[in-house]
This record gives sequence, structure tokens and C-alpha cells, in this order.
Amino acid sequence: MLDIKNLHVSLEEEGKEILKGVDLTVEAGRVHAIMGPNGSGKSTLGYVLSGRDGYEVTEGSAHLEGADLLAMAPEERAAAGLFLAFQYPVEIPGVGNMTFLRTAVNAQRKVRGEEELSAAEFLKVIREKARMLKIDADMLKRPVNVGFSGGEKKRNEILQMAILEPRMCILDETDSGLDVDAMKLVAEGVNALRDAGRGFLVITHYQRLLDHIKPDVVHIMADGRIVKTSGPELALEVEQNGYGDILAEIA
Amino acid sequence: MTQAQAEPDITRARLAALSRPDGAAWSNDIRRMAEARVRTPGLPTRRDEYWKFTDPASLTQAEAPAAAVFDAGDEAPLYGGIDRLKIVFVDGAFDAGASDALEMEGVEIDLLSEVLSKDTHWACDLYGTLETRGQDPVARPLAALNTAYATNGAVIRVTGKAPKPISLVYLHQAETSDAILHHLVKVERGGGVTILENGPAAARFNKCMEIDVADGAAFHHVRVQGRDHERRCISHMFARLGVASTYKSFTLTANGVLTRNENIIEIAGDNASAHVAGAALGDGASGPFHHDDTVFVTHDAAHCESRQVFKKVLRNGAKGVFQGKILVKPGAQKTDGYQISQALLLDEDSSFQAKPELEIYADDVQCSHGSTTGAIDERALFYLRSRGVPEGEAADLLVLAFLAEAIDEIEDERLQEDILTRLRQWLERRRT
Ligand SMILES: Nc1ncnc2c1ncn2[C@@H]1O[C@H](COP(=O)(O)OP(=O)(O)OP(=O)(O)O)[C@@H](O)[C@H]1O
Ligand SMILES: [Mg+2]
Repeated sequence: MLDIKNLHVSLEEEGKEILKGVDLTVEAGRVHAIMGPNGSGKSTLGYVLSGRDGYEVTEGSAHLEGADLLAMAPEERAAAGLFLAFQYPVEIPGVGNMTFLRTAVNAQRKVRGEEELSAAEFLKVIREKARMLKIDADMLKRPVNVGFSGGEKKRNEILQMAILEPRMCILDETDSGLDVDAMKLVAEGVNALRDAGRGFLVITHYQRLLDHIKPDVVHIMADGRIVKTSGPELALEVEQNGYGDILAEIA
Repeated sequence: MTQAQAEPDITRARLAALSRPDGAAWSNDIRRMAEARVRTPGLPTRRDEYWKFTDPASLTQAEAPAAAVFDAGDEAPLYGGIDRLKIVFVDGAFDAGASDALEMEGVEIDLLSEVLSKDTHWACDLYGTLETRGQDPVARPLAALNTAYATNGAVIRVTGKAPKPISLVYLHQAETSDAILHHLVKVERGGGVTILENGPAAARFNKCMEIDVADGAAFHHVRVQGRDHERRCISHMFARLGVASTYKSFTLTANGVLTRNENIIEIAGDNASAHVAGAALGDGASGPFHHDDTVFVTHDAAHCESRQVFKKVLRNGAKGVFQGKILVKPGAQKTDGYQISQALLLDEDSSFQAKPELEIYADDVQCSHGSTTGAIDERALFYLRSRGVPEGEAADLLVLAFLAEAIDEIEDERLQEDILTRLRQWLERRRT
């Protein structure tokens, strides 16, 4: 589903290399987790895959179901099925959450040659998904993320994911800032989307989220590379011992 | 020729190109005195403090610079779905055939050209009166020129709640037309009216509106200044507000080589409320664009509220100017004054200059003002695009979000929708 090969990425302005040869493949139907120390490049990977400005890919490739992601505009990547739940969701004053979601859904449907959803149809869809994530109607009416609490912002990300139904979901620290109940809701939201045709890449610092969203594979990223890949037990090891042993082992 | 001689020459040349219409004795007097207010201090030049950011040369020169007539094709007319009483002016001349009958329940409507020839008319107390008051503390010679030479206008007296809006439609048909219109609106105690304006009016348009809003009365105003690229316009709205009265004005300006809209509002009665808002969209690619909002709100009564909300979206070298003042006189306690002027620059060639001012002589007031200049928020743009919204559409959403605070000042939802449609069309035409 997602194939990343030897991806090297530098900051456009400073020329500093952040990703130093990332190799990663996420198969359809599988959940991969990425853990790793602060500043190791996890968010950068998510941004580069979704097409944010400011990064230069100096080497390597990234494909989504065979399509060259790096050649596409961000909106094309989204329409191709890529979704990034932001570590820091952006506030957009003046743009209503509903308007935003409906515009996004219909833009993607248009690209795929599907009929646009009417206001009424859309309302039905969003109400149902919002109820599942315990997002109240008031939050839908407010401007995108403006005045949302940290946890509300994260739930809003998952709501967007639930509505857009992407093929490949990247979740960047969606668990941080969530209380225990919200974490369960978010995990349920994610699990509800798990199916044979969909891949997940879950970036997290904590084992706790992985108790709810059981990963198939766990990677450790350090200094711009995937330095270790293993089963779910790797997350437990990190939880207990930190990164010291793992980093020492590869040094 | 020395500089000192140049200025009187501008005034002399402009006045020489005009002739004062002859009317009844009282109106001739008013016109004569108005002309004196033009001669001293003389028409403005770039060197005037009040015209520092906007060059008035093309507004003061003797002949109007030519402006191509814009063909909007089969675009749906503005306010099309709104039941309104239309008063049409073509290049400044009243068009009876295109206008509706000037009759409405609770409203008296006359034409200025006729009113100023009558021996007596209520207008004699209003014509030039608020304009004269508005000359202090800053002279506005172009408004005095309007009073002296206006050829026509609508004279409206509202005694009840007007059942539908009065719509002043300004058509532009002659390439070198130079129109001077002067409207009077008197809203009597407890009355209410909505005045709509739209259209370019002429190659050059000098418009003045004096608005007397009595105690408990309400004046609503929505204006759209026409699609023509080459037109020039100077407009003045002079308003005086009675006790517990309301004044609400919104203007949309897209296109125009040069536009300066002045709002001079005197809040004279307690518990009154004045809102002035504007959205200006300028694209230098279709010709120079310079838009100036100049607002002067005087609080001279207690417990009053005023809001100035001005937003500008500028691209391809378009220029925006805002000069806004809140003056709170002694005794105007509990004043709540708000002023915001913001520009969204879509590229680095465009520019915005703002001069926000507060002058407060009462101690128990709440006034705030702010002015910002910024670009599209790249983080927001990326967020929208990452959800599949194409770049152009995403940018438009952010532009509309930027303008929302000004648009929200339009109370009537249908009018708001009409204005939004115009905005969207403007944005769509520019999408690459
Ligand atoms: N736009 C930028 N400008 C400057 N430095 C940047 C930028 N983007 C990323 N970096 C740097 O790149 C490195 C990787 O950052 P990134 O956000 O990808 O880390 P991370 O693994 O997500 O960390 P965390 O766990 O704290 O979220 C950091 O050192 C960061 O400071
Ligand atoms: Mg991160």
C-alpha cells in the first residue's frame, strides 16, 4: 500500500537533513506503529508524505498503491487516499467545521468522479460519525479547531478521517493530550475503519494507545532512519526500558 | 509656475468646468456658500495631510478621465431577487423610464433637481447641513463641491417602516461621464429604511449622501460599487444619529482605478449605534486599483456604540488605504467604540496603509482599535489541501473567512447572500 524507499529529506531553507534514508512498507490491512525519540523525524515523515512545503526530497521515493506521491499536490495525495491526522491540528478562524468537511468530502468525490453529497446527505453522515466520537453539534458549527481543547482537536482529526475514509491513514501522536476515555473513543474510531483494504501508520510515544489499536508491526525511528522493526512486543520494551538499549544496540 | 500657485489653479480650473444649477433662492444660497467652502481651502492635493495616502488629482482635475464601459454580459443583476423600489441614474441623469414610480407607503421620494427649485421644502434644513458640519475638524472640499454642483439625487423622507428597500442604481454608459449626485435621507422618529446602491455611475462619480436619523429610527445601507475597472469615485456619507437610533452601512468594492469612500458620522443622541463596514477586493492585473476608506465617527452622547470593520483583499499591486478615527467628546460616557482594519495581501506587490486614530475626552469609555496586514496563512492552506481541497478553493475559503467579520455586518440574510455570491464570483474569475 505505502512504499517508502531510501527517503532523504532536507529542510529547504537551512539545508539540514532530517530524514536520512527511510525504508518502510505498510501493507493493506495492516497497522504499523512508529515510535522514537523527540526530534527523530516522525512528524517530518508524515508531512513530507502529505506534501507540506518547506522540505526537499534529495533522494528516494514514496508510492501509494503504485502512485508516485512525491509528484502530486497535497490535495491529489488526499484524493488518492492519503490522510494525515496532524500532531498539531491547525485552527482556521472564519471557516466553519461543517463547511470545511463538506468542501473536503465533495472535492475528493469530484476527483473520483462521484456525485457530490447534498447538504442533507452530508448532515446525515456527519451526525452519525460525530455521535460515535462523542463530538457534539456545537463543535461542528464552530470554526475549524478554534477554541477546541487539545483533546477535541484530536477527536476532530479522527472525525475527518472517519468521513473521508482514506486508504492510508497516518496518525501523528493522536493520543497525546487525550484523556483515558477520549483515547478509547479515538481507538474505537480507528478500529472501526480497520479493514483489509486500508493501511495505518500510527506515530506514538506510548504503549497505551497500542493497547487499544493493536499494531502488527512496530518501528523505531532514530535520527532520521528506521533503526529497528519488530512485532508489538517492541512497544512494550520501549515502554519499560526507553530507547537507550535499542540505540546502543545499533550504535 | 510655482507650487503655491498650482493649487488655486486646480480649484479654479475645476470650478470653471462646472456651472451652478439655478434653483429657488434658498438652494442658490446653500450652493453659493458651498462653493465658498470649496474655494477656501481649495481642492485637495497629495500634499494635504488627509490625502497623504491617496492622490486626489484625478478626482479634482477639470475633466473626468475617460473610463471604458464595462460589459458584465449576462451576469445576473445584483439584488435581482429582492423586491425593491428602483431609482435609476444613467451617467448621473435620472432615468424615469427605467425607474419605478417614486411612491411607497410611509416614504416620500422626490428628485433633488425638482426639490431645489421649490420655494419651500423640508430639504432646505438638511441640504448641505451635515456636509457643512462634516467640514470640521477636517475640510472635505470635494463634498462641498458636490453640494454646490450636484445635478440630481434622491430626496427621501421616511415616516414609517419602509416596506421594501429603496435601490439606487447607477449605470455607466458614456466613456467620459462626470456625475455629481447628492442624496438626502431623513428617517423620522421611529422610522426605518434600507437604501441599496449599486453600479459604477460614471467614468467619474462624486456622490454625497446626507442622512438624518431621528430618535429611535433606523438606517440600513448596502452598497456595491460596480464592476468597471477604470471608474473613479469619491463618496461621502454624512450622518447624524438621534437617541437610540441605528446606522448600519456596508460597502463592497471590487475593481475601480480609484475609490475613496468617506463616512462621517456624528452620534448626537444617547444609546445610538453606528456600524460601518467595508470589503474591498482589488486586483491590479485588470488595471490599477486603489481603494481608500476614510471614516470619522464622533461620539457626542452617552451609552453609544460604534463599530468600524474594514477588510481588504489585494493582489497584483493593488493598493488599500484606511483612515479611521473615533472621537469621543467630553460627556460621551460609556462609549463602546471598536475599529478594525485589515488587509490580506495575496502577493508582495500589493500594499496597505492604515492610519487608525483614537481621540478620547471622556474617562469612562471602552474603545479598541487594531490594524493588521498579512498574507494567506500557509499552515491553514496546507491543512485544507491535505484534506483534499484544491489550492484555489482552499485559498478562496480563507479569503472569505478573512472577510466574514465585515460581511456579518449586513443584517439582511438575502442581501448577505447576494454579496457573498458577488465575492465568490470575483474569486472564481481569478482562480487559475
Ligand atoms: N520547519 C522546520 N524548521 C526547523 N527545524 C525543523 C523543521 N521541521 C522539522 N525540524 C527539525 O527536524 C527534526 C525532526 O522533527 P520532527 O518534528 O519530525 O520530530 P518528531 O520525531 O516528530 O518529534 P516529536 O516526537 O517531538 O514530535 C527536529 O530536530 C526538528 O527541530
Ligand atoms: Mg512529531
